[in-house]
Amino acid sequence: MSDRIFGVFGVLLAIGFAIAASLIKESFLSDAVGPKAFPYIIAAVLGLSSAVIALRPDPEPIWPPLGQLIEILAAAVVMILYAQLLPVAGFVIATAFAAAYLSWRLGSSILGACMTGVGTSVGIYVVFHLVLGLSLARGPLGF
Amino acid sequence: MDTLSSLADGFVIALTWQNIGLALLGCFLGTIMGALPGLGPSNGVAILIPLAFTLGLAATPSLILLTSVYYGAMYGGRISSILLNIPGDEPAMMTCIDGYPMAQKGMAGEALSLSGISSFVGAFFATWGLILLAPQLVKIALLFGPAEYFALFALAFMTLGGVSSTNQAKSAFAAALGLGFAMIGVDSQTGVPRFTFGEVHLYDGLDFLVAIVGLFALSEVFIFLENRHGEASAKGKTIVIGRLTPPMSMLKACTPTMLRSSFVGFLAGVLPGAGASLGSFLSYSLEKRMVDKDGTFGTGDPRGVAAPEAGNNAAAGGALVPMLALGVPGSGTTAVLLAVLLSLNITPGPLLFSNNPDVVWGLIAALFIANFMLLALNIPMVGIFTRLLLVPPRVLMPVVAMVSFVGIYGISGSSFDLLVMIGFGLLGWVLRKFDVPLVPIILGTLLGNAMENNLRRAITIDNGNWWTLIDSPLAIGLWIVAIIGFILPLFFARKVRSGMQRGDAEGATRD
Repeated sequence: MSDRIFGVFGVLLAIGFAIAASLIKESFLSDAVGPKAFPYIIAAVLGLSSAVIALRPDPEPIWPPLGQLIEILAAAVVMILYAQLLPVAGFVIATAFAAAYLSWRLGSSILGACMTGVGTSVGIYVVFHLVLGLSLARGPLGF
Repeated sequence: MDTLSSLADGFVIALTWQNIGLALLGCFLGTIMGALPGLGPSNGVAILIPLAFTLGLAATPSLILLTSVYYGAMYGGRISSILLNIPGDEPAMMTCIDGYPMAQKGMAGEALSLSGISSFVGAFFATWGLILLAPQLVKIALLFGPAEYFALFALAFMTLGGVSSTNQAKSAFAAALGLGFAMIGVDSQTGVPRFTFGEVHLYDGLDFLVAIVGLFALSEVFIFLENRHGEASAKGKTIVIGRLTPPMSMLKACTPTMLRSSFVGFLAGVLPGAGASLGSFLSYSLEKRMVDKDGTFGTGDPRGVAAPEAGNNAAAGGALVPMLALGVPGSGTTAVLLAVLLSLNITPGPLLFSNNPDVVWGLIAALFIANFMLLALNIPMVGIFTRLLLVPPRVLMPVVAMVSFVGIYGISGSSFDLLVMIGFGLLGWVLRKFDVPLVPIILGTLLGNAMENNLRRAITIDNGNWWTLIDSPLAIGLWIVAIIGFILPLFFARKVRSGMQRGDAEGATRD
């Protein structure tokens, strides 16, 4: 069943891709092929392969229970927040929190997670910024 | 003779203090990444690429660093296979079969050192194979016009799926998806924006480094979160290594095996779409057929350890041949290395050998140096690497995620790229669940624009005639190989794949 949904989604994606390709504004200075032809070929391959996936599905993949799905989404949300807050909070603070969160969710104790977070953050700061001179996001406190 | 003098020039380039230091660092990091389950050669190299750039390394030093990581990961994968029966990366899967029983018999040290020596033999001969074969392939490639290149790219995509997935439709889907990603951005020939939906950040196209790090490294973090696999695999097991030198008699018994496996592995690596996993699988099965008369394979036969290790390291070298000579990688990790070259504004392919001989020969010389370093690192220092197996993923994975973020942020300094990377991480997780191979996506993103340009060039040269694509015997030959390569696995892949099917979710980032 999963593969059938996946295949149908793929077909829709291919149709969407083809429509988006047809909307490309062609320049008056175009070559013999133009910017649309190759996207159409891709859309055709995408659509055909998706149709085959839908018609001849593989055995069902093992989906994690709802709790684990939420776990992954929560981690993604934390990463998105991290990406947004990086320029605001500065590298060291943001990274410490993000790494601590991930470590906690992977089964560390609270104390262990905090230590992993701070250790990762300070470690990367020292190695990449102080030793190797990479520029990292600078927060209000200067690090 | 020409080759030898070029090689000597290469050694002059590679033997600077900086390059030796980078090779040593790469070997060390690579071995660690190979040894730790969850970090394989392709994601190991992927997270280091952005760092190599932001450190401002020139082309040759960056390549030396990253290929050392690649070779190192191939060495490192065997450590946890032998000690824990868990492959550290996918090519090391076959090593479990005889390596772990050897360790249980108290011969872990012998197995580790023997596999180290086999790895050395495999990589050593493969590097010579690279030196001899690549220039020959370049001579053929110089005959290629745009139509042949288009056919060659098609061949790469159609054969890549053959072994990397049980379902050809899914690998075709992956390739088309990757090519679709490559189309995003301003069309290089006419200057019109495509698939940007008005988002200015997308006008430059998706940065393939962002895609690679997201798909390979971040999706691995998600897999670990899903399984809540936070404890070290080595926990609670006692690791006794014992003596670290294999007896001469064992080496002697394994020598023919190592030589045969190096040859088989190298061939498997050169073939498009195969890579190191197939190399080790083929070498092991061949040796089992040829020398396993008493049925000792699978119960801790040293030859069963030597064969896959020589095979996968030889395949790692072999996979560099098409990548350097044609610009078409045959495996996941070489696709990542291709990304390195492209980001450094070096176009691999036949012209690389004439335009940037310093890069090619410096790299090859560095491979020799790295190989000796790895042998030196791996035999006496194997104890240090085994202790690293005790690092639990709940500490390791946050570090991997954060280093990925740092690397991507370091290149562009934009949060937008980080968001795209997270998107690719989630996409990679979903696709892995569906058993869609990730390597064709990467390859599509990397090669999409080159493929389209060759198509358009070929047809424009022939005034809009599409039949020009199958006009020359060379192009027709390439198309035939491509079609056979796509159809044949429909009948055989299941068999090969079920033989190799021993691992976990690592299948998606196979090398």
